[in-house]
Amino acid sequence: MKVVNQPVMKKDAMSLVTGKPVFLDDVVPDNALVVKVKRSPYAHALIEEIKIDTALKVPGIEAIYTYKDVPDIRFTMAGQTYPEPSPYDRLILDQRVRFVGDAVAIVAGENEKAVEKALRLIKVKYQELEPVLDFHTAKDNPILVHPEDNWESKCPVGADNKRNLCASEVSGHGDIEAVLKDCDLVVEHTYHTKADQQAMMETFRTYTNMDAYGRLNIISSTQIVFHVRRIVATALGIPKSKVRVSKPRIGGGFGAKQTLVAEIYPAFVTWKTGKAAKMIFTREECQIASTPRHEMEVTVKVGADKDGRIRGIDMYTLSNTGAFGEHGPTTVGLSGHKAISLYGNLEAHHFAYDVVYTNHMSAGAYRGYGATQGIFAVESAVNELADRLGMDPVKLREKNMVRQGEVMPSYYNEVNASCALDRCMARAKEMMHWDEKFPARDMGNGKIRSVGVAMAMQGSGISGVDVGSATIKLNDEGFYVLRIGAADMGTGCDTILAQMAAECLSCGVEDVDVFGADTDGSPYDSGSYASSTTYVTGMAVVKACEKLKHNIIARAAQILDCPEEELEFDGKTVSGEKGRVPLADIATSSMCGNNIPMEVSESNSSPTSPPPFMVGMVEIELDKETGVVELLDYVAVVDCGTPVNPNLARVQTEGGLGQGIGMALYEDIQYNAKGKLWNNSFMQYKIPSRLDVGRLRVEFESSYEESGPFGAKSIGEIVINTPSPAIAHAVHNASGVWVRELPITPEKIWKGMQEKNED
Amino acid sequence: MLNIREYVKVQSLEEAYELNQKRTNKIIGGMLWMKMGDRNIQKAIDLSGLGLDQIEEEEEEFRIGCMTTLRELELHPGLDAYTGGALRESLRHIVGVQFRNLATVGGSIFGRFGFSDVLTLFLGLDTYVELYKGGIQPLSTFAWSKRDNDILVRLIVKKKPVRIVYQSLRLTRTDFPVLASAVVCLDGKWQAVIGARPQRALLVEDEEKILEGGLTEENIRKFVAYVTKKTPTGSNMRAGADYRSHLVEVQVRRALEEMRGETNAD
Amino acid sequence: MQINLKLNGKLIKEEIADELLLIDFVRKHGCYSVKRGCETANCGLCTVFLDGKPVLSCSLLAARANGREVTTLEGLQEEAEEIGSFVANQGAEQCGFCNPGFMMNAIALFRENPDPTDEEILEYLSGNLCRCSGYEGQLRAMKNYIAWKKEKQEVGA
Repeated sequence: MKVVNQPVMKKDAMSLVTGKPVFLDDVVPDNALVVKVKRSPYAHALIEEIKIDTALKVPGIEAIYTYKDVPDIRFTMAGQTYPEPSPYDRLILDQRVRFVGDAVAIVAGENEKAVEKALRLIKVKYQELEPVLDFHTAKDNPILVHPEDNWESKCPVGADNKRNLCASEVSGHGDIEAVLKDCDLVVEHTYHTKADQQAMMETFRTYTNMDAYGRLNIISSTQIVFHVRRIVATALGIPKSKVRVSKPRIGGGFGAKQTLVAEIYPAFVTWKTGKAAKMIFTREECQIASTPRHEMEVTVKVGADKDGRIRGIDMYTLSNTGAFGEHGPTTVGLSGHKAISLYGNLEAHHFAYDVVYTNHMSAGAYRGYGATQGIFAVESAVNELADRLGMDPVKLREKNMVRQGEVMPSYYNEVNASCALDRCMARAKEMMHWDEKFPARDMGNGKIRSVGVAMAMQGSGISGVDVGSATIKLNDEGFYVLRIGAADMGTGCDTILAQMAAECLSCGVEDVDVFGADTDGSPYDSGSYASSTTYVTGMAVVKACEKLKHNIIARAAQILDCPEEELEFDGKTVSGEKGRVPLADIATSSMCGNNIPMEVSESNSSPTSPPPFMVGMVEIELDKETGVVELLDYVAVVDCGTPVNPNLARVQTEGGLGQGIGMALYEDIQYNAKGKLWNNSFMQYKIPSRLDVGRLRVEFESSYEESGPFGAKSIGEIVINTPSPAIAHAVHNASGVWVRELPITPEKIWKGMQEKNED
Repeated sequence: MLNIREYVKVQSLEEAYELNQKRTNKIIGGMLWMKMGDRNIQKAIDLSGLGLDQIEEEEEEFRIGCMTTLRELELHPGLDAYTGGALRESLRHIVGVQFRNLATVGGSIFGRFGFSDVLTLFLGLDTYVELYKGGIQPLSTFAWSKRDNDILVRLIVKKKPVRIVYQSLRLTRTDFPVLASAVVCLDGKWQAVIGARPQRALLVEDEEKILEGGLTEENIRKFVAYVTKKTPTGSNMRAGADYRSHLVEVQVRRALEEMRGETNAD
Repeated sequence: MQINLKLNGKLIKEEIADELLLIDFVRKHGCYSVKRGCETANCGLCTVFLDGKPVLSCSLLAARANGREVTTLEGLQEEAEEIGSFVANQGAEQCGFCNPGFMMNAIALFRENPDPTDEEILEYLSGNLCRCSGYEGQLRAMKNYIAWKKEKQEVGA
């Protein structure tokens, strides 16, 4: 391979590092109305009265909308393929507010100052209601978050709004009770992860205007242009043909922008007023009214024999979807399917879950999408099992990990077609010098150094659902334009897909321009989420390029007047016995008297979702007196199939580790007794700085996935999954304390050590 | 959102003082904390034209203008040498270089914030504030006096012989401290300042002269217990009171052990 | 009020609202590299130079820049390309939204300290948050840049 598997510089890299104006707020006209939302101070209340007359008189105010002004159409803002598993539980504005920060009114005005003033002048009389704040008591609570009759669940996910249930399911194979009963040892613990924020640097933002054809034109920082088109049209009750959505460069997404967050408000304003509108979320709004990770409490039972054979895993996940159900029914599934399946040859597994509504901010999609939560639980439980068995946790895993070729009953019975997890473990062990370092060394200065380990997996797209498409066109002088509906949000998919096209067409990456994403201009793509783009859309690129290559040869055959079979295309020239035609000439000739399309489009969907695998190992230094953890070294070895761009795959991994470390050690979500979030800024929600992540070392051990483009699987999400369990493990090896609730703070470790000393 | 009607770069302290008597007018330091609040300010009073951004080192004292930035403090060789690096240690964790290039020492001290590393450090030294009307008073008095409309003109640090160890525990390296401390031997007198309790920093003097008998294991243990007992701690989102009190013990003991180590090494 | 300042070498005389923040002033003048990432002076995305020193333009009144010199990445394109190409070679720019602020502070670092240690790099740049990269690639880029710079000087000498 000449272009694929090469560390090609991202096509937009130099623009980005030199600060060129390529993001939404840099490129949209500045004459748009400023749109802001008035937010509820209560976790649960009914609006009894809302007065906007004084606010409307503020000079520069264009419009103010309340629940009385919006269509009575419930919808979901989750960017998912229709019919969405997420319940239709929202109105654009509702008389019932369901969390502190929920939208009460939309204000549009000429400038920020006027809008801020109007927001203050809107007078609302609330009937305060008792909120459901503890997700343990949400199910079957007499207080309902969604009592409304027009609430609707379009898919059979076990949802029931009259029970505060967003989803509920039980699955498994074998007789778990019998197997666990027969095990020599069963470890059972409950693990708790918080509703962490994606915290991408660019907050949510959307610009809307009416185009020359009377259509609503939406430019948004989104991962899902096609879903945005459908959802906005649904919410506004207008034909989908009336909406166009495109995206500029995106300042990070991590799943946050797989849900509509800002879009609907300016869209509504523009549709009503006919005027251009723009909404830019503040960081505070991002923190309190967005779409973070689902808080989950996962109870795991792992049963094994004395020799370390893991025989059964039983798991129950309680997931908190908050006030609305976006991604509630789907994230939870991954907590089991993508954690239990790390272990092969289980005699039985059982996985049950409830996803409940509460009066907290609603959750959504965040890198890892439930797998992160489940893997923290299962990998921690396996580490606890190793401890109880007195066995090296690496050896325990070597004995039990899923292997290539095995059927995975907890993973939709898919065959594990490509898997280098064993090699990942071997290499990580070498890099970490595990055998010398496990479990811990007392440094003699009050510090103790220890190591921890975890494995992870994810998927590559949603099997049988995700659709990726690519359109490739040959242009004058022989350059190509690749049009996609996938969204590069910094991940580099524009470049990666261009690399694949270049590989297929035997040209350079610079010969392939990339366009995307735009619902009018791009072929359909579900969007960039679920680790799908490289694997699903990548294959569409390969198919489209093969077809275009065929057409190029066909045109050359016409020119040379010979059968196609006699001709070969080397990227620059089509040649055969009858002569040769340069690509540029074929391109030129295609624009004159030609019936063979030099633009082809292909779609791709995969019946399977081949998991990438990885191993993470961490070395920490623990201060025995204060419980402070210093990260010394993090080793990650990843099997993402063929890394299409090793540089970008490496940085994806390092970035995911950084976020995972934030989740493990620093990022906390704390509500007060009335349901108000304290961590409402970067001052109070501490994502790691560059002094907080230690050193990260990444390597690849590649399997080859036959169903993927050039053997590739996914990389985007899996990389966030190992830090929490690996660090929790290292903390235990240093302190004897298992911290089962994230983040692992020095105080929790210290308290744990105190309790141990008292025992 | 911060609303400012008028920006006034004053020509004199008198002008600033007069303007500052009105409740809705405010003196702006680095404006970092002020900007985060929701408030309406009629006149934002800027002292930056008054040459108060200088650190003057004299034989007996440092005179630090209120508009001196934290970064300037951090990089001042005289202060660094005098505090044996403790001043730099107290500042380098504060958010980032760009932040410290704006934040002023006057703003940090005048705010009397509980989380203030700057207040914690300077309380440990023989520090005075010079107020425009109120004259010169010890920082320890100022730290606990009510906010009024006077102007903090400069900080004066007397160059008494000092040994000081500054420590802070932070959840991330650039976060507010969970607990900060300065343990000090100032001209032979021992004291500890505990900051981010999370309430404002508290100066605990060795009134029982525990450490005057030397840094023996026994004396250290007693002094640690003494400071811990005298230092009320509280809980906030970063940690609970118990843990903070434990940190008081650990930090004060470690500081003293470090100092004893240095003494032995001498 | 009226202010006179130099923005990227260009003199600007303008009537502004007293409360206008420097970030909004420079963006209005086409310096779109300057970004807002938080409202609490934590992220470093809005870093500009004020008389050569890196500061947070989100927290500074434009009025305070009166009579002074303001520099954004638009005015430092050569250095941005030179240092930035090392970031790009790692793929460490990722989404790119934090890059301009990061580049500004990296330029400030190298002006103050042309040969920093890893620790010095990390500490100086700790006020520049990035959510994509995990920072490791940025560190590699800075180290490669320093090595290249040294090599260039040696060749030159």
